[in-house]
Amino acid sequence: MEAISVVITNLPFLLLGAWDTLKLTFFSVLIGLVLGTFIGMGRLSKIKVINIPSTVYVEFLRGTPLLVQISIVYFGLPQLGIQLQAYPAAIVALGLNSGAYIAEIVRAGIQSIPKGQYEAARSLGLTHWQAMRYIILPQAFKNILPALGNEFITLTKDSSLASVIGVTELMRRGQFVITRTFQTFSIYFGIALIYFVMTFTISRIVRYVEKRMAVA
Amino acid sequence: MKKWVALFVVILIIGTIFSGTLAEIKARGKLIIGTEPTFPPFEYVSENNEIVGFDIDIAQRIADELGVKLEIQNLPFDSLIPALMSDKIDLIVAGMTITEKRAKVIDFSIPYFNANQAIVVRGDEDFKPVKLDDLKGKKVAVQLGTTGDLVVSDIKEIKVTRFQKFTDAFLELENKRVDAVVLDEAVANAYVKTFPKFIISAVIDTGEKYGIGVKKGNKELLDFVNSVLSNMFKSPYDLLVEKWFEETK
Repeated sequence: MEAISVVITNLPFLLLGAWDTLKLTFFSVLIGLVLGTFIGMGRLSKIKVINIPSTVYVEFLRGTPLLVQISIVYFGLPQLGIQLQAYPAAIVALGLNSGAYIAEIVRAGIQSIPKGQYEAARSLGLTHWQAMRYIILPQAFKNILPALGNEFITLTKDSSLASVIGVTELMRRGQFVITRTFQTFSIYFGIALIYFVMTFTISRIVRYVEKRMAVA
Repeated sequence: MKKWVALFVVILIIGTIFSGTLAEIKARGKLIIGTEPTFPPFEYVSENNEIVGFDIDIAQRIADELGVKLEIQNLPFDSLIPALMSDKIDLIVAGMTITEKRAKVIDFSIPYFNANQAIVVRGDEDFKPVKLDDLKGKKVAVQLGTTGDLVVSDIKEIKVTRFQKFTDAFLELENKRVDAVVLDEAVANAYVKTFPKFIISAVIDTGEKYGIGVKKGNKELLDFVNSVLSNMFKSPYDLLVEKWFEETK
């Protein structure tokens, strides 16, 4: 009984952490989406100076642990004279990381659109960018929505890694409550539930958007 | 290859320029300390979401003496030294034991607390170790990077499991996946008080002590911290002795 009541009494404290987790995820997703869209297109470019750096970016950020990336941004960059506070450092690291994954999703999305669409757009007089902007990307977006939703959910959970640089998101707040109350199991269980509520909500929202787009 | 080494050296030199000198701390009007507030009663987060504890009061004292505000940066224990080295914080006040290895990368103040280690076991079992050697052939859980970790890691026959939080080490003990937990006495006392099913079977005097971490080479700040600490150690009696016997020398 005490196990449940300890979660309930500390719920406001934990929910503040959950709010931080959501903000962290939101801003990281925003950076990730912008970066990922451009790098994903870059991966398909025939121009080498665009294609090669895009590929290196994706391979490097996908091929190294997020935990290491967060540590590099927070502890490593000051060596180069760039000082970031914990919260912005976490957003930058998470954003850069998800940019790599989203780039791959975007690339797959663009490739899922039949080549004829692009060729038709170009033959109608659209430039490369216009063809991308008005013909290819809107259709690609519809196709990749489930994969994007998956990435958002992953990012929500991965944001708990920001606790290693002292960002007081949900996980870190949970640790504080544990050392105050010593109720290790029930607090971890409570945190898991809160994460689940957040990811399930995201998953429902993505599903809703998917349905709306399927009609359109 | 040489180019990379050169670049690395340059980066290191640039890094050392931005250190928190005494003048800098005064100019910015706040002393930034780093701590891991999951270590009661030395530092933990209170119900009012404030970081409190023995160490925090010491840090507050240092800030007061400097005439600046105290800012507390919460970080996991093993991130504290990197944070100090990369100038995220001015001081580490986190119940950190002075060790040879750590002293190679950071400077330590004079000792301010005895880091005696407690061996905690399940109370309802016969296994009651009284010395570290009794743990040979057993499984022991510790908090990563703490003194407990260091002392049991020195004995090869002990199978050590390391956790980020000492509370996770206790969960391991409760789940019977380890036979004992070794951690700082003061922290063990607080835990065992809440959970009498665990008992402290022995307290080991490691001869090791806590110190405040200062960035290597920042002698000005180190001297200041040392003077604040040694003043705190003085009893009113000591002060009288100093006033009437030492100053008249």
